[in-house]
Amino acid sequence: MVFGAVMIPIWRAASKAVKKTLSVRQVPYLAIGAAFSFVIMMFNVPILGGSTGHAVGGVLVAILLGPWAACIAVTVALVIQALLFGDGGITAIGANCFNMAFVLPFVGYYVYKFISSGSPAGSSRRIFAAGAGAYAGICASALSAGIEFGLQPLLYHTANGQALYCPYGLNVAVPAMLFGHLVLIGWVEVIVTALVVKYLQKQDAVFFEGGRS
Amino acid sequence: MTLTGKLWIGIGVLIVLSPLGLIVPDQFKGGSAWGEWGLDEIQKMTGYVPHGFQRLSELWKAPLRDYTFQGWEGKDLFSMSFAYLISAVSGIVIIAGVAFLIGKVLAKEHE
Repeated sequence: MVFGAVMIPIWRAASKAVKKTLSVRQVPYLAIGAAFSFVIMMFNVPILGGSTGHAVGGVLVAILLGPWAACIAVTVALVIQALLFGDGGITAIGANCFNMAFVLPFVGYYVYKFISSGSPAGSSRRIFAAGAGAYAGICASALSAGIEFGLQPLLYHTANGQALYCPYGLNVAVPAMLFGHLVLIGWVEVIVTALVVKYLQKQDAVFFEGGRS
Repeated sequence: MTLTGKLWIGIGVLIVLSPLGLIVPDQFKGGSAWGEWGLDEIQKMTGYVPHGFQRLSELWKAPLRDYTFQGWEGKDLFSMSFAYLISAVSGIVIIAGVAFLIGKVLAKEHE
């Protein structure tokens, strides 16, 4: 809930940045990116311990349209998801957006930029960079979510120690979130991101030319 | 065909496959994502329902709660897959529409 307040300046910065960088030609891609992120999150993957996880697709959108546009696309997906399907819940919108619409696209985008810088638009180094960005982005966002969950029992509990929200501390929440994403979900994000980047390189390399794209 | 057309076909394929996101975890007895438990699941795990959650869960009633129709909870996997597919379509129509409008508003000032 605290993250609602953190996200407001981030959303404001995102709309400012996108105003400057998003061209009219890219608007349909923003819509496709938001739709892609939503549908990819519906693919729940079972992970150890009777839990599930899902990819986000946000790093791909960040690579194609820039991290601020990805922030907006994933935010739209998460907000509608919470309102229409009760998934994540409206009180968690702020935290979910911080992890998946901010941490994820930015970490992913800068890892991608760092590895791909100077490589030609159609190169395979760019595909590798996209995969590495996807992996780093989703794992960073899982870590961030784990820390947020783990802090809850410390911050919010009743007088007799019963948790008000998440009952598990950092020692349980962080490994639980990280493990599944490091071994499985991260690779789902890598595969979808790398496949689409490879496909788009052939279709329209203009996505990867110039600094951003 | 335009590139956006091809990408929409890709989204269409993902929509058709989306019930896998319901069926596969069901086969492996995978529950909710970590931290995304319902009140019933949390009660089973810890023996109590944390008070904060109980209060918050009453704040908003989602129309297609848990990607199914009201009253369909606990139906067979085939019906649930159908509801999941309909959820995917309706979610995408709304999300793409909203993202498109936001994009139009923000991007209109140049080009």
